[in-house]
Order: sequence, then structure tokens, then C-alpha cells
Amino acid sequence: MSELPVPYRVIGRRDETPDTVTLRIEPAGEALGPFAPGQFAMVYAFGRGEIPVSVSALLPGGHLAHTVRRVGAVSQGLCAARPGSILGLRGPYGTGWDLGQALGQDVLVVAGGIGLAPLRPLIHAALADRKAYGRISVLIGARTPDDLIFKTESLLWPTAYTGVTVDRPDRGWTGEEGLVTRLIDRARFDPAGTTAYLCGPEPMIGATARELVHRGVPAARVRVSLERNMRCATGHCGHCQLGPLLLCRDGAVVGWDQAEPLMAVREL
Amino acid sequence: MAVTKHGEGTSRGKATARTEATARTEATAVIDRAGLDALIKTLTADGRTVIGPTVRDGAVTLAELDSADALPWGWGTELDAGHYRLVRRTDGAGFAHSSGPQSWKTFLHPQREKLWSAERGPDGALTVRDERGEQPSYAFLGVRPCDLRAIAIQDRVLAGGRFADDGYQERRRGALLIAAECTEPGATCFCVSMQGGPAADAGFDLALTEVISDLGHRFFVRVGSEEGARLLAAVPHEVADMDTEARARGGVSLARDRMGRAMPPVDLRTLLGASPESERWDDLASRCLTCGNCTMVCPTCFCTTTEEVTDLTGDHAERWQRWDSCFDLDFSYVHGGAVRTSARSRHRQWLTHKLSTWHDQFGSSGCVGCGRCVTWCPVGIDLTQEVAALAAEREGADDE
Repeated sequence: MSELPVPYRVIGRRDETPDTVTLRIEPAGEALGPFAPGQFAMVYAFGRGEIPVSVSALLPGGHLAHTVRRVGAVSQGLCAARPGSILGLRGPYGTGWDLGQALGQDVLVVAGGIGLAPLRPLIHAALADRKAYGRISVLIGARTPDDLIFKTESLLWPTAYTGVTVDRPDRGWTGEEGLVTRLIDRARFDPAGTTAYLCGPEPMIGATARELVHRGVPAARVRVSLERNMRCATGHCGHCQLGPLLLCRDGAVVGWDQAEPLMAVREL
Repeated sequence: MAVTKHGEGTSRGKATARTEATARTEATAVIDRAGLDALIKTLTADGRTVIGPTVRDGAVTLAELDSADALPWGWGTELDAGHYRLVRRTDGAGFAHSSGPQSWKTFLHPQREKLWSAERGPDGALTVRDERGEQPSYAFLGVRPCDLRAIAIQDRVLAGGRFADDGYQERRRGALLIAAECTEPGATCFCVSMQGGPAADAGFDLALTEVISDLGHRFFVRVGSEEGARLLAAVPHEVADMDTEARARGGVSLARDRMGRAMPPVDLRTLLGASPESERWDDLASRCLTCGNCTMVCPTCFCTTTEEVTDLTGDHAERWQRWDSCFDLDFSYVHGGAVRTSARSRHRQWLTHKLSTWHDQFGSSGCVGCGRCVTWCPVGIDLTQEVAALAAEREGADDE
């Protein structure tokens, strides 16, 4: 590991769900190099440590958004940040979604839970250059209505279709129920001319990718984001191995053609 | 003058002619034990920290040397799976021992290293400072050919990609490597079947081959770099005579045929890549203690984790890097639990990475055949046997 964290100041904070927070940050000094949608930063909470967090928005002036779920000591520290708090950032790291692959094609985005966060800058980028793509559809799944992030914003996305489903509805829920794969039928896309972007829990990614390939989307055009332990993000610590891949370097976004045989091996 | 015993009379003329004949391809010389001591003193005077083998705690360990007296003269090693003993040698050889429990990564890629520190100011401001500082300028004396290859492998991992480990890179750039070719391979050695050794072929500044005969105790020296040539020029040496050179090259050549073990002659990358569901992993897991010794002694295993340290004020934090092992349950932890919980999956990860996916990630095998993992496994797991069993299982499956 060689890169040092640079200070970023929290300038905005929003609770997305009871355990998930979006922080808007700006460079407190020099900015890091430009991030592409799907790339991540190693985000440092003072004295607690670093975790890899994908950018959840690329904003003017080198501002970034990171959406963090409280699951461990570092993410708790990040979720406790308030406007004015200083975080440390290294990056950008990883392969990114590679929206260029989808030029002239239908774009299908499938997110599970907080998996929508890394996909958001991709959706923003595709919608900002609407004519470069065919139909843009976004399928969102979450465990409960309370676990949905970017609720208001996602309603306003001018996509061809945005669908939301939850596994466990509460009493007020009138929308779809069940796995996110249920929504695939609702979206209109030409499988052979579609690039799909998937992020969420591994079982959700696997089920969705298999369904899309079954419908005729080429496996290499199903781009999936994978997760492993990560300490350095620079290819030196060995933690993020998934078979032949170092996910910090060769991922975290890879084609399903590469991911499928690896995900088929238990405990790889 | 250091070497006179065998350089006298008419043989010197012949030796000179011979040296001139070979000088076009490689500069060679001969030094004796006093010359070796002068080498160490010269390196020390140049401000280098000289590291070499010495007997400590019942093993040949690597430590700082201030004179050639500290070398393991007259010590050999008796090795087997899960077995290491020092044995006395009557010939007084200093480099007739096999790999000990350490490798040069102890110095180039240390077990613990402070990477940076962070201060939190009264207004919450964050100041991060690189803590690696100036790195020692090492001279490694007695680097085995297997370990030369291991250093080249770690170079590719830690300094050959898009990002370089700055601390490693600086220590590595400053390190001078004096190889000691193998004339006494151990019972767990299998470098030849990993397409390396026992001769040093590249990556050294000087390569020594120990020669002991009735003409004396001396070292045939090959020069591998300009820095090596300058160093050799600074110490008493003789031109290489035919007898010393022939004995040196002959001794290394004989060692090639005396390897204690051999990796099965199969395509290891393909075999391991095709064997994730092999039944042999269960058998292996029933013996493996997942202690991680193999990863600690392996000269190429590079994995690290990080530790956060804070002081009592809470405003000073430090980031440390330390060795980690893929046998550790926490190694694969993601929120919710570890990915590799079974011993089967963790041993499979280590061996498959070492022999197969290392090629995908870093362009070569991660194994140099030094045999340390075999020697230092507390239950004597021998990867050459495990690979043979995987190959046999594969062959059986193909026949069906």
C-alpha cells in the first residue's frame, strides 16, 4: 500500500434508511483524480480504519457522495459523521461499470438493497446522455420498504421503466412483492442489444444474471459488482482474491462470463 | 593477500588465460574466507546493513552480520516434512545448509511496518503523514537461487503493478544481493522441478559458490552487476583458476540431481485450476491445522492486513501493516461472516493461488521449490505429495 488518505470535508448528510447514510463530501485540500461510475474510494474514519465505498454520486466541483450502511466499526464511524467532519479518502480504485459498453444499447440496471448506491452515478450518467442509449430501465429490490434508498429521487428518474419490489412488505406497502427478478418481465428491452448492470447480495446477482442470460443477454454484457474483504485496494494485500481475480484491480465490476464459474465454487 | 594457496606458480598463467576466455560472457574471480570477511567489512563501511545466515536458537536464521565469523561454518541441516535439525559437518562449510525458517521477505517486506500517522486538530482537521521514512540499505549475503526467484516474484507483486508499495520498492532498490549457489540441497528441496536452481541465473550482484578441497576453502565468484564488480574490486581476490571453477560448476551441477523432492511433472496451473471440487481437499483438511506456518515461511507469500492504533488523547492515530495469512478465519471476512470458513477452502485457496491463479494475477507461479512449507508444517503436509494426489485423482476422473 502506498497511497495516503487525503482530507475530504462532509458538507451534507442524509439518512436514507434507519441504518444507511449518504454523505456529500468535498476536498478539504487537493482533490483525488476523477472517479468513474462504479469506482470506489477507501474511506477512512479517524482512528477506526478504512473501508471500500463506491461513489454514489459524482457532483460538480469534485464533490462526491458516498452511501454507507452501518455494519461494522468503520461504517459506524462514517455514519456518525456530520457536516464539518473530516474523512480521509484514497482512490479512485477499481474497474467501474464501463457505461461505454452500452452505447447504442438498451440499459438495464438491477439493484438489491444498498447495491443501488454504486449504480446511481451510472444511472445519472446514462440519463444525462439520454440519446446515446436505447431504453433505460431500473429494477430495484429491497428487504422491506424501510430499506429502500433514494426513494424520492428514483421516482423522478426519466427512465423507460423504474420498478420497485420488496421481500417483506409492511402494512402501507401497495407496490410489488418478491424478488427483483420478478420485475424483469415489466421492463422492455431487447435482450441481444442490452447491457445490464447488477449490484446487490451475491444470491440476487446470481439469480438475476442467470435469468438475463437465459433471456438472451450476452453474459459479457451482464456487468456485476462483487465484494470481498479489502485492506489496501492497490493489489498488494491479497484479501480481495476471487480465484484469478484481485477484485480491487480486476473488479469490483466484472462480466458475468468471468464471474459465473467463480461464483459457482463454494467458499471461493 | 587473501587467496594464494591455489593461485601459485604456473597454474596462475593458465587461470588467467581461462579467465580471459570467459570474460567476454561473465566476470569471475576467487575469494577465500578472509575475502568474504573483507566483503562484509566493505559493505558495512559503505553504510549497508549486512544480513546473512547465522546459527541462532537451533536453526540457521538470517540476521545482521558484522564479520564472516558469524556465518554457520561447519553446520548443515537435516530436513524432512515437519522436521528441521542442525547437524555438524566435518568440512567446515558455511553455505551447506538449506533454507531456514526465515526468508529475505523478513527484511524487504517486514512483518510489521508503520505506514502513516494521522493527527486530528482542534477544528477536526486531518493531517496525514507518511511514516515509512528512510529505509535501510541492505546487503544480503547467501541468497539461495530459489530465494533470488522469490525476491523477483515479490518484486512483481509489490512493485510491478499499477501501484507500488513504496516501502518495499525503496528497500528493494537499495538492496545488494550476494547469492550462494546450492551444492547441498535439502531433503525438502524441489527447486529444479519448479524450473529453477540450484544455480543462480539472474538477479544477483555477486554469486558465490563454495568450494572445499585439498587446495583450500574458497569461493568461486561470478559478477552479476556493475555494483557487484565494484564491490569485488574492493576486496582481495584472485582470478578464477580452472580447478576452482570446475569444482564450483560441478558441485552445482551435481546438486541438480540430488534434490530431495520433486513436484510432479504436470501442468500445475491447469491442474489446480481444474481441481476446486477435488476430494483430496477434504483429506488434506483433515490433517491441516490451518496454523498458517506455511504462509509465514513461504518466501513469496505477501498478504498483509492493517491495524489501527490510537493513543490516549484520541487525536493521534497510526496505520500499521502486518503479515496476514489466508489460513486465518478473518482473512476473508465480509460483513456477516467469513467467506472461507472450512479448512478445505482455506488450504485450497493457498495452494491454488500459489500454483495456479498466481499466474493470472502476477504472470508466474508463486512457488520456487524452496521446501520451507514442507519443513515447517507441524503435521508434515508436503505439497508435492498433495499435488501428486490431486493429479492422480484428476487422471482417475479423466479415465472414467
